[in-house]
Amino acid sequence: MNDTAITLPSSLSWPGDGVHRVPYWVYTDPDTYRRELERFYYAGHWCYIGLEAEIPNPGDFRRSAVGERSVIMVRAQDGSVRVLENVCAHRGAQFCRERQGNRKEFVCPYHQWAYDLEGKLRGIPYRRGIRQDGQLSGGMPADFQMEGRGLTSLKVAVRGGVVFASFDHSVESLEDYLGPTILSYFDRVFDGRKLKVLGYNRQRIPGNWKLMQENIKDPYHPGLLHSWFVTFGLWRADSKTSLKMDAHKRHAAMIGVRSVGKPAGDVVSGVTSYKADMSLRDPRQLDIVPEEWWKGPTAVMLTLFPSLIIQQQVNSLSMRHIQPRGPGVFDFVWTHFAFEDDNDEMIQRRLLQANLFGPSGYVSADDGEVIEFSQMGFQEKPDQQCLLEMGGHGSEEATNIASETLIRGMYQYWRRVMGV
Amino acid sequence: MNQALEAQAYTELLQLYAEYTAAIDAGDWDRWPEFFTEDCIYKLQPRENHERGLPLATLHFHSKGMLQDRVYGIRETLFHDPYYQRHVVSLPRVLSVDGGRWFLEANYAVFRTKLGELSTVFNVGRYLDEVVRVEGALKFASRSCIYDSEMIPNAIIYPI
Repeated sequence: MNDTAITLPSSLSWPGDGVHRVPYWVYTDPDTYRRELERFYYAGHWCYIGLEAEIPNPGDFRRSAVGERSVIMVRAQDGSVRVLENVCAHRGAQFCRERQGNRKEFVCPYHQWAYDLEGKLRGIPYRRGIRQDGQLSGGMPADFQMEGRGLTSLKVAVRGGVVFASFDHSVESLEDYLGPTILSYFDRVFDGRKLKVLGYNRQRIPGNWKLMQENIKDPYHPGLLHSWFVTFGLWRADSKTSLKMDAHKRHAAMIGVRSVGKPAGDVVSGVTSYKADMSLRDPRQLDIVPEEWWKGPTAVMLTLFPSLIIQQQVNSLSMRHIQPRGPGVFDFVWTHFAFEDDNDEMIQRRLLQANLFGPSGYVSADDGEVIEFSQMGFQEKPDQQCLLEMGGHGSEEATNIASETLIRGMYQYWRRVMGV
Repeated sequence: MNQALEAQAYTELLQLYAEYTAAIDAGDWDRWPEFFTEDCIYKLQPRENHERGLPLATLHFHSKGMLQDRVYGIRETLFHDPYYQRHVVSLPRVLSVDGGRWFLEANYAVFRTKLGELSTVFNVGRYLDEVVRVEGALKFASRSCIYDSEMIPNAIIYPI
């Protein structure tokens, strides 16, 4: 993997005042990466954990991750959702090895320290010592307190069946964190309907984690890289588009309305990925049926900084979880879902359209590939810069695809938090 | 079925498996859909989804037409880093035979070699197959590639 490659010495300074040039070292420098984890993943931000539908009953748990840290999402006896760090308070063992299951308590295998579903320490073997020759010897000191020695418990927010958590208990509310614009697009999908998990896909992408955020803040590439998007009009230059952000410009929504019919000449002139004579032998893969809750847009791609992408592209829905594994590699975990009240036909449709997405998907497999190519280019030239001037130098909201405004917006926020 | 006929049929099955593997390792994509029936199922699915009854697959095709669409995708639309793939497939184990339908299982390991790179283990799992005879030739009515590999190394473009 690329993350072990040696980065050459660099001044690590930001080029100029703007955000229309991004130096390669932001994707490769190990110290920068460490600081990103501390400032974005472990403080001041909400990270995606999972869906409530994955843990319907008390005792149900499923492992997840915040940055590089392993956490457990669990439903406590009182029905509330808890998120606990998967690190035993005793010797730091990452004790929970199963991916998911149901437990009455968590017990670390090493010395059998036991925790309840809220993470409170409930049992320590030989706490009061061992009786030998009528005398108690060993054990924990008499003044040892169980209280406050539990698993690290994260702050949890649940909205519309989606679970977020933060190691930072002083973090603002999830609603304030997302802001009204992004929240309205979040609620468009998660409006209280019960969710049904369809399954998972996992890929390890040899690139910096920010590149995936940037990929889904980049409306410029889909109609060029992805033949299916341009040829079938799902996302291309003549699509009605709007690019929106929260006040901090860390989160974004790419909103599009599908183009129907053949594109006019200038939309696809010179676009080699446009295949005028392409048609599907089996069109069921694009049997698109508009849904009332879309309220107009046929696609809304939400990037929630730092860890989540929420995909609604026609009838396909997924949560895409970014789990960094070093400056040059991240795991990308896809959870596809439907709604409980979908009929079988709609579920089949969502499943068939899932062929477009994921690590083999017609419009996603190549995103991972180009991210890998970018990372290869960054590796050896930390001071060289990406050129991000599509749509100007600023980061205002926009209504066309030839714009990199959302990426520039993200780097405004990134620079402020990182102090560079 | 007597023993001699059974041995003959098994030999034919082995031929189907060997030809399938040879075709996809050679990148002979046009041959790939021809190993299947018209209304076939082809599925590439993580073991977790399979074992928990979750229907999502990494790829899920419901007809020979969809396989031909995939071939077009590999050739024309899916931009990717080219690679060689090499399958090592075990002898198929017969799970059951039912009215001319063979239900089989075989282990596979796929190695990937990118230009200028070392060969790596790419995807490991098992095939769950249903084979039928169509106009004299054996075809896959269904082929599910259920993979153990917890992480796909970036992307799987070519058929397994």
